[in-house]
Amino acid sequence: METTYRICPRSGLQFEDQAEKLMRFHAVCGVLSLLVGGIMALGVILTRWPAVHLLPADIFYLVLTAHGVDMLIFWIIFFEMAVLIFASSTLLRCRIATPKIAWFSSWLMVVGAIMTNIAIFQGESSVMFTSYVPMQAKWHFYLGLILFAVGALLICFVFLGTLVVAKAENTYEGSIPLVTFGALTACIIAIFTIAGGAIILVPTFFWSIGYIREIDTLMYRVIWWSLGHSSQQINVSAHVAIWYAIAAIVFGAKPMSEKVSRTAYFLYILFLQLASAHHILSDPGMSSEWKIVNTSYFMYFAVFASMIHGMTVPGAIEQAQRLKGYNKGLFEWLRKAPWGNPAFSAMFLSLVGFGFLGGITGVMMGAEQLNMLIHNTIYVPGHFHATVVVGTTLAFMGLTYFLVPALFKREVMFPGFAKIQPYLYGLAMYIVSLVMMGAGTLGVSRRHWDMAFAGAPMAYEWPGAAYLMMGLTGIFGVVAIVGGAGWILQIVLSIFFGKKLEGGEQRSIPQVLTLPPPTPGGAAHPPATPGTLVLALVFLTAFILYYFVNWKYLSSLWGLS
Amino acid sequence: MSAILPPSERIWWNQPVDKLELTWISIAFVWALVMFGMMIWWHAYGNQNLANETYRTTKEMFAAKAQAVVDKYTVRTETELQVPVVAPPPGSDIYLIARLWAWWPIFELEHGKTYTLHLSAMDYMHGFSLQPQNINIQVHPNYEHVIKITPNARGTYSIVCNEFCGIGHHTMAGRLYVK
Repeated sequence: METTYRICPRSGLQFEDQAEKLMRFHAVCGVLSLLVGGIMALGVILTRWPAVHLLPADIFYLVLTAHGVDMLIFWIIFFEMAVLIFASSTLLRCRIATPKIAWFSSWLMVVGAIMTNIAIFQGESSVMFTSYVPMQAKWHFYLGLILFAVGALLICFVFLGTLVVAKAENTYEGSIPLVTFGALTACIIAIFTIAGGAIILVPTFFWSIGYIREIDTLMYRVIWWSLGHSSQQINVSAHVAIWYAIAAIVFGAKPMSEKVSRTAYFLYILFLQLASAHHILSDPGMSSEWKIVNTSYFMYFAVFASMIHGMTVPGAIEQAQRLKGYNKGLFEWLRKAPWGNPAFSAMFLSLVGFGFLGGITGVMMGAEQLNMLIHNTIYVPGHFHATVVVGTTLAFMGLTYFLVPALFKREVMFPGFAKIQPYLYGLAMYIVSLVMMGAGTLGVSRRHWDMAFAGAPMAYEWPGAAYLMMGLTGIFGVVAIVGGAGWILQIVLSIFFGKKLEGGEQRSIPQVLTLPPPTPGGAAHPPATPGTLVLALVFLTAFILYYFVNWKYLSSLWGLS
Repeated sequence: MSAILPPSERIWWNQPVDKLELTWISIAFVWALVMFGMMIWWHAYGNQNLANETYRTTKEMFAAKAQAVVDKYTVRTETELQVPVVAPPPGSDIYLIARLWAWWPIFELEHGKTYTLHLSAMDYMHGFSLQPQNINIQVHPNYEHVIKITPNARGTYSIVCNEFCGIGHHTMAGRLYVK
């Protein structure tokens, strides 16, 4: 098939014509979903802020449903499709496989996303992101999700096809890059996930149009979470790949060990899927053996893998910086990092926040017995705003600062704002996560319109600290939304009105990636990374303390057996 | 060269692993095993383990059992809705109904005594959230979840619903006394 390749003069990357257009399409669809989800976030936060309590109950639940679906599914998966295409066609320097199918699937995703949004905004599908039966949404709520998922699944196959094309046409030598390997992990998990989603959403769709009489609630939760949780594991794989990518782009960092990082990804493929059990720990019907094996990813192998990535990414940066001569003390490499470069600062805030706030709390709440302390409290959204927003969204934002010049051939406008944006958004979201988890520790419910229980015959009065935490959630939530809205505005304006940059050389055949000849006597020994190990040990200490504090808390409760 | 390029050494799987990296990997592995062991250990030595004893039931069957206990042990009623306050003897089976939008009935339990709590929902799923203890359990329709509870502190407790159950969700709060 005829196509052209463009070599980007700034990044040296090679973009194939169709792949480039598809990436732009998905990035734009993702940002539009983020825009809708972000406006909904404002409605959610201004209602949960007790002093403001903006929306009436029915609108609040509608807005909350839209916020969950647009953010957790549409924004993230659209963007991930762009990442898959980038990691295959761009990094392997080849044409994309079956561009027509890719375009068809992309439009299918758009149709699905619009259909589900229409169902939500019509007002009779306020069933939350999880759409637990027997609460029923309109048929097009489910059908939209199914179409979106089919589109995403087809693009996963296009990604795999593109790997085959690259191999067959010899566009690279040796093994695929680590970032592509990470994307491959995300793709494999996505295929499992979408299969799980199909198994539950297709019958639920038939139930909504009356062809199936009843869906078992426990079965629904167990299978639905193989979509709901695992889709967040696609994010983990994808944003870890982006951490490696940004470390490579900004510092020229080389993975500390290809073997270790790839093995860690492989552990994700083997074990991340089990995590849907996290949501069933406080449910009846499943045995403790089932709960323990699954919730711990079979002996915490996926947590183990994340702890490895959490060390090897900053470790790779430390090595690269030390090679450049930032060798003083433990932390000169970190102090002298380009903190004003939003791609780096976003990535680093994402890494630290994901580990400390998202990771530690996620493991705590995923312990079988500890889960009872936080199940369905606002601790849960506190946790996943640290993983999905600080972890995934912030990493995507960081990558976008690189993609605007490389992919859209425009200069990023408002560079002064770009410098502070990751801090504004990221740090505000750190605080939002923390105070939500604080309120959740006090028991405040998630998905709840009114913590004052207006109109309830037997209202419960939350302690003052819970109101304080929810007030802070409101204030810092608004700050985060300002940071997020600023980012959207900046990116959209840059894409349309930013200074045009030179596109670079156009070629009709791809430029092949060749490996340098092997170094005689093996590669030079890279510098040691004591700074990173110290950071990792600080992390471990926080982890152990927080973990056992919660067991202590559990031990003070009523006896349960 | 870097993470966005193919590994510079073709035989990357034979490259030695950095010592500090290996140290961290070993620590992380041990910690993973400790956390795995902790959940099992708590089943043997901890006092807060959620029972998994569960039966399929129907709304009618469960409501009838709950009604029988209420008929037998009601001591008074509360609020305008005349919600029965039920004080069953220690050791007995008590049935808590979750429905739109109430927990029914109110139980009056004795401190330090063990009761067998049965949970089920009449319509949607609900969330049993005992405050200020902060014990949270998912409640399903058509499943009867059987849990032995031993209250360890006196006071008035609330049972909040924390699974979204429709427009009146925020009014779904019940009460429980421990004497």
